[in-house]
Amino acid sequence: MSSDTVIRAEGLGKKYIIGHQSADRPNTFRDAISQNVRNFLRGAGEMARGKAIVAGDELEEFWALKDVNFEIKRGEVVGIIGRNGAGKSTLLKVLSRITEPSDGRVEIKGRVASLLEVGTGFHPELSGRENIFLNGAILGMTRAEIARKFDEIVDFSGVEKFLDTPVKRYSSGMYVRLAFAVAAHLEPEILIVDEVLAVGDAEFQKKCLGKMQDVAGQGRTVLFVSHNMAAIQAMCKSGILLHQGSVAAGGSVTDVMRTYADASESASEFSRVKPQLQRLAVTRAKASVEKEIILELTIEAEVTTVCAIEVKILDATGAPVGLASVGGWIPQSMATVEHGTSKRIVKIPTDGLASGRYRLIVALTNPGVEYLDFSPNELEVDFERTLRPGETRALSQSEGHGCMRISAELHSSV
Amino acid sequence: MTQKETMTSSLDQSAPTTPGQERVLVLEAGRTERNYWSDLWAYRELFAILAWRDIAVQYKQTVIGVAWAVIRPLLTMVIFTVVFGTLAKLPTEGTAPYPVMVMAGMLPWFLFSTILSQAANSLVSNSNLIGKVYFPRLIVPTASSIVALVDFLVTFVLLLGLMVVLGFYPSWQILFLPFFVILAVLAALGPALILASLNVRYRDFRFIVPFIVQFGMYVSPVGFASSVVPENLRLIYSINPAVGVIDGFRWCLLGGQANLYWPGFALSLVVVAFFLWLGIRTFRATEKTFADLF
Repeated sequence: MSSDTVIRAEGLGKKYIIGHQSADRPNTFRDAISQNVRNFLRGAGEMARGKAIVAGDELEEFWALKDVNFEIKRGEVVGIIGRNGAGKSTLLKVLSRITEPSDGRVEIKGRVASLLEVGTGFHPELSGRENIFLNGAILGMTRAEIARKFDEIVDFSGVEKFLDTPVKRYSSGMYVRLAFAVAAHLEPEILIVDEVLAVGDAEFQKKCLGKMQDVAGQGRTVLFVSHNMAAIQAMCKSGILLHQGSVAAGGSVTDVMRTYADASESASEFSRVKPQLQRLAVTRAKASVEKEIILELTIEAEVTTVCAIEVKILDATGAPVGLASVGGWIPQSMATVEHGTSKRIVKIPTDGLASGRYRLIVALTNPGVEYLDFSPNELEVDFERTLRPGETRALSQSEGHGCMRISAELHSSV
Repeated sequence: MTQKETMTSSLDQSAPTTPGQERVLVLEAGRTERNYWSDLWAYRELFAILAWRDIAVQYKQTVIGVAWAVIRPLLTMVIFTVVFGTLAKLPTEGTAPYPVMVMAGMLPWFLFSTILSQAANSLVSNSNLIGKVYFPRLIVPTASSIVALVDFLVTFVLLLGLMVVLGFYPSWQILFLPFFVILAVLAALGPALILASLNVRYRDFRFIVPFIVQFGMYVSPVGFASSVVPENLRLIYSINPAVGVIDGFRWCLLGGQANLYWPGFALSLVVVAFFLWLGIRTFRATEKTFADLF
């Protein structure tokens, strides 16, 4: 390993065995009994051979990471990007030694601290003060180190009034702020961070990003997973793009982000099997754009359900633009989804949108109460605004003014 | 590549590394850690703080708090004395009062069984930590056994009180007590480590462990003296590692009224050592897969 390389992965792979429930459910009591007996015998057999029990009756090998190679130099700040399920979190888990690779090897030089979630190990019964020490120790700080930074941590979190209150009495915002404050004062040589900045309010997020930039500025090596492209672009010089468990691109962060944007071109539809435990789910969705954004949804329901259909709209970089909803604002206009499979078409007007790529996340909700279903994949549409008579400028997202195109009017008096 | 490389950390002073030697960590499938035991030592503060956490939260949101550590052994002692001593009329050890004899046996048994059940469940109840942070996993079950030691101290004070009330005092043998306390901890840790790693894979053990503990209380000489066991069966009886530990405790605390059965005690030591070796081996062989199994 050359002297300024701190992490090197060679042919890294991570395999999981996953189980599926076979499609046909037992119809009769006899079938159900015999299936249970088969499952019991399989479980007992696996236990005898010392293997783990996997739920479901069909097994499949799944490579969350396969043949991953990369090298990270001392002081680099590397953004790891990719779709959901591309293997980002698995990679971080392997690098932070939580799980061992199934294949290949990794060499790491220096003290690693990983921050895969904020507030790991927080105990609800203990006070804020006690949890600072507990969480600090779990993240790898020594007692002396925590004691030295204690005031700073409390300052950063802004919860000094409640230091001796058990954290179970904290609001979720206070909890997250205290947790991040501890994490922000880690001083390892290599810091591994999963999507943890997406917590707290906007002001606190800004503070966190600033802190992360400080850490990066001190010459530490940082590996950073985020869906927030703006944050990645601001912090990282280089990037790694993961796609289905392999490195699809590496190098300068601008190049990697461009490759990522190009690779996700054809994702305007998805189909999936309804999850076992849900009573209803969007099993197929297709998005297209003409004058309006048109979503064609196939919904499968076990019982007839009244729900709102909500569409989160994100821009090309993943920043939220807004929420389009059927029934979310006016309960009377919620959709009734009949038992079985039914088709629905949702239209979203584009009057106020700038040209560019939009990503859509479809959810079926009981508004303000619960999510009944949440699509695992984002849909993408490219919206091109056509100029109306008299207009000379369409406004595009890439101009950096955001996604709203608003026509203002001039008046001489109110 | 595998040899340690020399490099200077020129980046900043606050990083807690000494310039010079820097360890290269290699992660590979099935690779066993070369620095396992020194790593464990490096994480001693985490061990201390996890033990402290378990102690601190144990009696939170209870009305009588630490009094539970007194009530549980006290009531058990009363029941055992009535059932075995008064009703079944079993003999005590020498001239020791029956309650003291029972208490001297319960002391190590509760230590043993609490460690066994706490440690066996510790990995599952700390799964949130294990899935998110690296540390030598051996810390979790061992730290959880510290709680049992605290309860042990409370019960020990109770025993001393009982001795004063009944006018029965220990003699010089009590000096050997620390040795037997360590023996009790080691005897429990061996099986506990095996059960803990099995519990991660097969949650069946969540139901098996309480059964082992309940069963163990009756097959171990807790409520009665082990001299009740027929002479020709005593060696076989000593295969149960708790027998050696309990006999040792009684020998210490009852001032030599209870004679140690040496062949049995030696066998117990062998069994304890074997289980400890097997426990650590099983644990180390499986600990890297724990995070994948929750």
